[in-house]
Amino acid sequence: MLTISAELRSKIVAHALADHPDEACGVIAGPAGSDRPERFIPMLNAERSPTFYRFDSLEQLRVWRDMDDRDEEPIVIYHSHTATEAYPSRTDISYASEPEAHYVLVSTKQADQPEFRSFRIVDGEVTEEDVLVAPE
Amino acid sequence: MAIEVRIPTILRSYTGGAKSVAGSGSTLDELLADLDGRYDGLRERLVDDAGLRRFINVYLNDEDVRFIGGLAAPLTDGDTVTVLPAVAGGAR
Repeated sequence: MLTISAELRSKIVAHALADHPDEACGVIAGPAGSDRPERFIPMLNAERSPTFYRFDSLEQLRVWRDMDDRDEEPIVIYHSHTATEAYPSRTDISYASEPEAHYVLVSTKQADQPEFRSFRIVDGEVTEEDVLVAPE
Repeated sequence: MAIEVRIPTILRSYTGGAKSVAGSGSTLDELLADLDGRYDGLRERLVDDAGLRRFINVYLNDEDVRFIGGLAAPLTDGDTVTVLPAVAGGAR
C-alpha cells in the first residue's frame, strides 16, 4: 500500500497535467527504510516525448547523491501516460530498477479525470497496490 | 591504484550486498574486467556487444562516461565510478 499526503498526490497530478502531452516524471524521496514519501522532486524528462520518459543522467546523479547525503531513498517514482491507461507498460517493467519503490502512474488521457494508481514492480512482476491518501 | 565503485541496489547481489567496492584499471574497460574477476557476472550487466548498455548510467566522478570516452575513459587513482540504472519507461 502507498500512503501519501493529499498535497503530494496533487503535486504529482499537477505536474503530469502541466507537461501533457509529454510524459512527466519524478521522484518523491523519504527517509531510508521509512516507506514515507516526503520530498517532492519533479525531474526533467530528457526524452520530452509523449510516449517515453527518461531522467537526465546528470540530474539523476545529483538527486541520487543528494538523497544519499540526506539518508533518503526514492519512495515513489512517478511518471505519466498521456494517451493510455495508468498501468505499467512492458518498457516500464523492463526498466524498473528500484525494487523498494512505489511506481506511481498517472494518466492524463482525460484531462478532467486524471487517473492515479500505484504499483510495485519487482523482478519483472507488477502488483497493483492501494493508495491511502492521508490528510495533512 | 584504487578506484571506488559505487554499486546501485539492484546490482548488489553481485557484490555480496556491498554498496561500494574497490577496483583498479587505467580505463573503465580495464576496471570492469578487474571487477568481473571478483564479482562474477557484474560486467555483463553493464556491457553488451555494442559497449556500455544504453540504460545503465556510469559516471566518472561528476561526469557521465558517455561524454568522456565511454569504456575508453581514462581513470586516475582516487577516482570514483558510480553506476545508476537509468530511470526510464513510458507508454511505448
